[in-house]
Parts: sequence; structure tokens; C-alpha cells
Amino acid sequence: MSNQNEKSSAALRKFRLSHHPHRPTVQYYIENIFDDFIEMHGDRTFGDDKAIVTGIALLDNTPVTVIGNIRGNGIEENVECNFAMAHPEGYRKALRQMRLAEKFSRPIITFVDTPGAYCGVAAEERGQGQAIADNLYNMMALSVPIISVITGEGGSGGALGIACANRLFMLENSTFSVISPRGCASILWKDPEREADAAEMLKITADELLKLNIISGIIPEPDGGAQNDPLLTAKSIKSTIVENLMQLMQLSRDQLRLQRYAAIRRIGIYNDAKRTDNQEKKGLLHND
Amino acid sequence: MFRDILKKFRFRPDKGSSELGTAAKLSFSDHKCPKCGHDITADEELEYLDVCPYCGYHERLSARRRIAFTVDPGSFRELFGQITTANPLDIPEYDEKLERQRKKTGIDEAVITGVAEIKGQKCLIGVMDSFFFMGSMGSAVGEKLARLFEYGIREELPVIIFTASGGARMQEGVLSLMQMAKVSAAAKLHSEMDLLYITVLTDPTTGGVTASFGMLGDYILAEPGALIGFAGRRVIEGTIQGSLPEDFQSAEFQAEHGFVDRIVPRGEMRELLSRLIKYNRPVITKRWMLKNFISFWDKDKDKERSYE
Repeated sequence: MSNQNEKSSAALRKFRLSHHPHRPTVQYYIENIFDDFIEMHGDRTFGDDKAIVTGIALLDNTPVTVIGNIRGNGIEENVECNFAMAHPEGYRKALRQMRLAEKFSRPIITFVDTPGAYCGVAAEERGQGQAIADNLYNMMALSVPIISVITGEGGSGGALGIACANRLFMLENSTFSVISPRGCASILWKDPEREADAAEMLKITADELLKLNIISGIIPEPDGGAQNDPLLTAKSIKSTIVENLMQLMQLSRDQLRLQRYAAIRRIGIYNDAKRTDNQEKKGLLHND
Repeated sequence: MFRDILKKFRFRPDKGSSELGTAAKLSFSDHKCPKCGHDITADEELEYLDVCPYCGYHERLSARRRIAFTVDPGSFRELFGQITTANPLDIPEYDEKLERQRKKTGIDEAVITGVAEIKGQKCLIGVMDSFFFMGSMGSAVGEKLARLFEYGIREELPVIIFTASGGARMQEGVLSLMQMAKVSAAAKLHSEMDLLYITVLTDPTTGGVTASFGMLGDYILAEPGALIGFAGRRVIEGTIQGSLPEDFQSAEFQAEHGFVDRIVPRGEMRELLSRLIKYNRPVITKRWMLKNFISFWDKDKDKERSYE
């Protein structure tokens, strides 16, 4: 039964592909999209988080600030980067670099590929929630263009912490989800084996999220996935970034902030002015 | 000992405000403290605002009860009550679940928003209800809170949010995740108008609410003993393969690590909130600019497309 579901679930296949061991990493994309990348370390408060890389680079001779999740290649690097799961200092390092981008009017490009923010004792003690909240809050106020690309796994708040952008793109086979399909299945049905059902239900693929108006566009991948031609994928990402950056750089500082606010503010599907039983009972309805 | 401390700040709440509707009549009954097991009479329950006078345990409050315990009697007027949850991802049984939650709690969403006065100080308040779908944040909760901040910008009013939430509402997928960004963005605009925003973290505040507007108040207050954290306790125990100390992620733990300004017993909350509002009045600055910003958004929600 569950095997059959798995075969039929395109969403779960994509979810698996999104963190396939051979899928190109953010490091690869940074090397192949930008020139002269200079990495910058540390949050100036606690330490340097290796799960997030930050720095300055040239995009066709324009200096930009680059931020991305680092998975590493091979198990040793995976462990060193904590499997791309950032601690609070990772988010604070990213924010520090974003503030410098604002100071020097550099566009910000972020690459998202993380299962989520790290869940551990130290992360809680240093304020994981506060660190992510601070990024969501302050990214809103930046008056330089921000473009985010989800290249692999977009895991919940940990991904969102560096993805509040003017334009948010996803690679064709990447995913973006509030919870892992397995986690969802075990909460909802107490059965983690039903992850295929959960993956379908949660609408985590790029095409579904485009329909829901959450992302700005989808970057195509070569047949079978990015791992089959990493360089071609990097080129597609680059052309998308360049094209969109040229449009965004026409906007004034205020317009950039307004555009970002509106792009995020309009997300959400709800009923407006539909009376419920409780409201009928109460006999009161304020419409402000 | 607790009895004396709490008595000093006694406040008679509004037992059946017409603004909250007849269903809002508060009931008080004899029961046992869930923590220490001591008998509590209905009179004591009312007098101490659902705090155990013997051990100081702060019981969880429904949104209605919280409002009645916090605002001046008769001053609350609900805003954005017409916004309710839809089923955007067509999740099976989601509508039925919502209906059950509405019947059980008598409210329509996991947050009630409105305008009120606290000891004569006018403010906007948003109160989350952990009895409604674990206070989880979906599109409707995000929309109500974002509108609350925008209303605050227009009317130049401070915003106070009482958080109580398990985090993002899974049934709305990434739509619910993005509400974190949406409410935070609105809070930022409100803040740039030099307006006051206070968060009161109550039991429990976890996940996406902690990682967004919960931790963004100019002042962050917390109720004693409240569970406040990002990741769930069991998730962390799974990661570290061991058990965590009892007070891990408590309000006191957060205060010790510097993430909470003050831990405030329920009986003192009104007093403190009114003083904070009084002492944090905005100075008039750059308002015209941000008002234009908001009216632009109001006029045409798809205007940003013209830049694309």
C-alpha cells in the first residue's frame, strides 16, 4: 500500500531529489555563478557558523553580497557544516552581511538549501527563535534588491530566515515546506510511513508553490535533475538572477521596500466576511 | 506567600462584556490546581485570575478570558473578526476539524484582535488562544495580525500581542510559514513609525510564533512558568538522545539567557502594560512617509506587479 503511494507521489520523489547526495551544492553554484568570491566569517557576538556561508562576490562585474546554506560534500564536510542546519550565530552572521550590503548599496543574493534551523540545546540557549525573527524583521527594511533561490531543500523557518526577498525563485526539483513530509505524517496520522501522502498534501513542489503565489518563478533543471548537468543548472540560475536584478535595480530604495512588502504581504488564503455559527450567535460583527 | 503578593494587585475582571457576546460570560468553578493539586474555590479563581494562590501556577487562559482579565471592562471592540480560515490546500477533514474547534471554544480563529483600553490607555491587542487548534498560525491568523499592525500605523496606536501557539499550522503548508514573514514585515513598518509594540509570551509559545513576531516586541514580557522556545522539547531530546532539565525553555530560562525583559505575574500585567504605554509615547517623525506606504498598499494590492 505505502509502496504504491510512493510510486505515485511525484512530490515525494522531488523531495528526495532535493537533497540527493549528488545534487550540486550551494558552494558549487557560488563558484560557478560569481567571480572573485571573498568569504566573510563570524557574527561578532558568539562565533562562526559553518552551516551558512556569507561574503562578497562579483556578478558580471557588479559587487553583490552572497549568502547561502552549506551542506558540504562527503560525510566529513556534512558533519562540519552540521548538515546545513544553522545555529543562531549563522542567522546573525547573515544579517550582519546584509546590513553591510545596505550600507554599500549592494544587491543581496541568497541560496537556500537546508533541512531547517538546528534543533538543539545550545541553539535554544542562544535564541534560535529570536535570531530568525530578527532576520525576517530586518530583511523587510533593507533598501537594496534581495533575490533568493531555493536550490535544494527549503526547510521551514530555517529556510525562511534568509529568504525574505523581492523575488523568490525555486529550482524545478527543489522543495519548500513548513515541515518534513515524514514529520507531518507522524503528527497527522501517527504513521511516518505515509510520508508520500503528506508530501502530496503539503504542496511542497515549485509548480504548486507558484500556483499559490508564494514564489516568483521556477528555474528549469536539465532532464533528470540538476546533478545530470550542474554547470547548465548554474547558468540557468545565473541568467535568472541577472535578468531580475536588472529589473529591480531600476527601482528606487523606497520602491524596493514597498515591492518586497507587497510581495510578502499578499501571501495567504482565507475567508473574508464569511459569517460563522459563532458570529451568528454573538449577533455582532465588526467590519473594520 | 503568593496570596499576599497577588492580592495587592487585585482586579475585578469584566464577567460578561456585551462586546464579547453572551457566549463570552466567564465561568468560575471549584477545582484542583493542575500543578500542586490544592483545592481552589470559584471565588479564589476569580480573585486570582486563574492563578493558583497556593503554588503560583498560571493556568492557561482562553483568548476571551485573557481579554476580560486584561482590558478595562466594556472597552474592548473586536476588529477583523470577519477573517476566518479557508482550506487552501484542500486538506481532508480540515474543515470538520475547524468546525469542531469553533464549537469547542466559541471563537472563530486562534487569535482575537481588537482595540481596547488598559487602565485608560488606548491600544490594539491581539490575543492568541491555545485551546483553538493549539493556537497555530495559518493564513487567517497572519492576516488578522498584519491588519492589526497596519491599523496601528493608521491610527497611531501601540500594539500588544499575547502569544500562545504551537507554531505554524501544518494544514496550510508554506502559506502558514509565510505568515511569519508577513506579520514580521508589518511589525517592522509599525516600528518604523516609532510606535510601541509589546509581546507577552504566555504558555505555550513555540515554533513559528517564537521565530517571528513573538520575539520582536520592543518589550518582551512573559508569564511565570510559561513554555517558550523554538524547537519542541521532544525533537531536541531526540537530537541529543537524552532528557532535558525540567525548566528548559521556561520563561525563567529565557529571562536568564536574555531573551525576555521581565517576567510578570498575571495580577500585575494590567498595571505594567498601562505604564509601558504611558512611558513610550512616540515622538512625531517621518509619519507621512509611512502613511503613504500603507495607503499605497491599501489602494491596490496588486500594484507591485506594475514593477515587474
